[in-house]
Amino acid sequence: MLEIRFHGRGGQGTVLAAKMLADAVLRSGRGECMAIPEFGVERRGAPVLAYARISDGPIRVRSRIYFPDAVVVLDPLLSLSPLVVAGLKPGGAVVANSDKSAEELAVGRPGFRWYPVPAKEIALRHGLGSKTSPMVNTAICGALVAALQVADFPALEAAIRESVPVKFDQNVAAAREGYEAVLRSNAAA
Amino acid sequence: MRKTLMGNHAAAVAVRLARTGVVAAYPITPQTQVVEALAEMKATGEFPGRFVRVESEHSAMACLVGAAQAGARTFTATSSQGLAYMHEMLHWVSGARLPVVMAEVNRALGAPWILWTDQTDSLAQRDTGWLQFYCSTNQEILDATLIAYRVAEELLLPVMVCYDGFTLSHTYEPVDVPDQALVDRYLPPIQYPYALDIKEPRAFSALPKPQEYFRLRRRMDADMQRAQEEVAVAEEEFAELFGRRYSAVEGYQAEDAEVLLVTSGAPASTALDAVDRLRAKGLKAGNLRIRQFRPFPTAQLRRFLRPGVKLAVVDRNYSMGHHGIFCEEIKSALYAMPNPPQVFGYVAGLGGGDITPELLCEAWEDCAAGRGDLNAPVWLEDSR
Repeated sequence: MLEIRFHGRGGQGTVLAAKMLADAVLRSGRGECMAIPEFGVERRGAPVLAYARISDGPIRVRSRIYFPDAVVVLDPLLSLSPLVVAGLKPGGAVVANSDKSAEELAVGRPGFRWYPVPAKEIALRHGLGSKTSPMVNTAICGALVAALQVADFPALEAAIRESVPVKFDQNVAAAREGYEAVLRSNAAA
Repeated sequence: MRKTLMGNHAAAVAVRLARTGVVAAYPITPQTQVVEALAEMKATGEFPGRFVRVESEHSAMACLVGAAQAGARTFTATSSQGLAYMHEMLHWVSGARLPVVMAEVNRALGAPWILWTDQTDSLAQRDTGWLQFYCSTNQEILDATLIAYRVAEELLLPVMVCYDGFTLSHTYEPVDVPDQALVDRYLPPIQYPYALDIKEPRAFSALPKPQEYFRLRRRMDADMQRAQEEVAVAEEEFAELFGRRYSAVEGYQAEDAEVLLVTSGAPASTALDAVDRLRAKGLKAGNLRIRQFRPFPTAQLRRFLRPGVKLAVVDRNYSMGHHGIFCEEIKSALYAMPNPPQVFGYVAGLGGGDITPELLCEAWEDCAAGRGDLNAPVWLEDSR
């Protein structure tokens, strides 16, 4: 069982990111999946959480995730918060929307695998969202799939086309850039 | 075909597959995406039935009284205060013997303002004459909705398909969406025997004498009792066609268990994991999942009970001044047994608090250690 926690802000498409990941896993035939939103006060800008579980067998636990194997951070400011690694298992992966390097992000938070991806820049380059409110979820999903190797890209592409309401090609292109950014940094490392 | 669906969309897809004729719904909070998805399907032509937007939940159910009396297959969905607002019409629908099916997303009742899951809303409708099913997976939401139509139209009684707010309603997971042709075999077009017919005018639900009312109620209860068998038949035929089997009470590791957790809804899924954790420690744990609350499956429940077994009933609902509602119903159902098991109540997760495997293990271990109180519930909280 792979358990993933998503950190974002209202309006960034955090819940949809978890859903697209789950759908990509199903479409890849890589096992069972579940995407769980943590609804709080539903306001644009407020921190929000979502969770995903991926497993070879049936997923029965339907509680929140307190000790994730991986964390995904959609918001660059939240990427700097110590809270995002709370409960994260030693050696766990963090896929973070950030223009900082893995080394910079790891300062004060050792023992995790950092996958920074400049998702804001990618999103804006593809015309997704606005400068103050970029839609980073598809770029992040691309990076996440590359970092965790839980789905293949064509499956993610299909999941994105099913889930996003507009700008299908741009969202897929953003996901591909996020995907390739992680593959490149893996190859360099 | 398996698709990644949230629970609310699984319900909406079932309503489309059932070729439902009339959906009436109030579209604002505490409504959920069930009817939003149906409205979208209506807009694209995928759902050819009528979609009637009304000004309240009370009106939604009133609208379905007319539609069902005219002979249509009908549906609505609601939650929490919306269900409470519908209360009066729930009695009318069952009394008029209308086979309405409703998705009820279990959400807590205010005050104070609250969003999350809790079963007190639907359990408070216990005496309205509706059958009630409680789902543990999104697949089951789709399947139970199809089964609900079969049973409702056979018995001429309404059915409420209940499932946990957010934990199922907004959670995505793979759901097998059956072929339309298969659903058509399971669910032929509705044949309501007392449908309005202008060529043959009749009066409906007119004032009876007390004796007639008494007899009508008695007949209604006989049909509710008959539902025990009819639901089992409908579930069996569902298993034959679709390969998925359900029953009113489902046991897990129950044969040799010393203490049985008793759960419903989404926590009944988490409980399977809790039982495995306890078994891994060498403890004789098991779980009983109660899927059907009305009619209450007394006989099916008793079949799982060996002499000396103890029950730890975990309720995400509460009757103030008394107990968890499943706990009380179970005590009442087992009282007439020769050697009834001891029944301990645990109240957890009211208003959406997390019911984790750890919390369920705690309830089990508390009960196994003899710390439970037969006269009062233990309140358990996961403080994270």
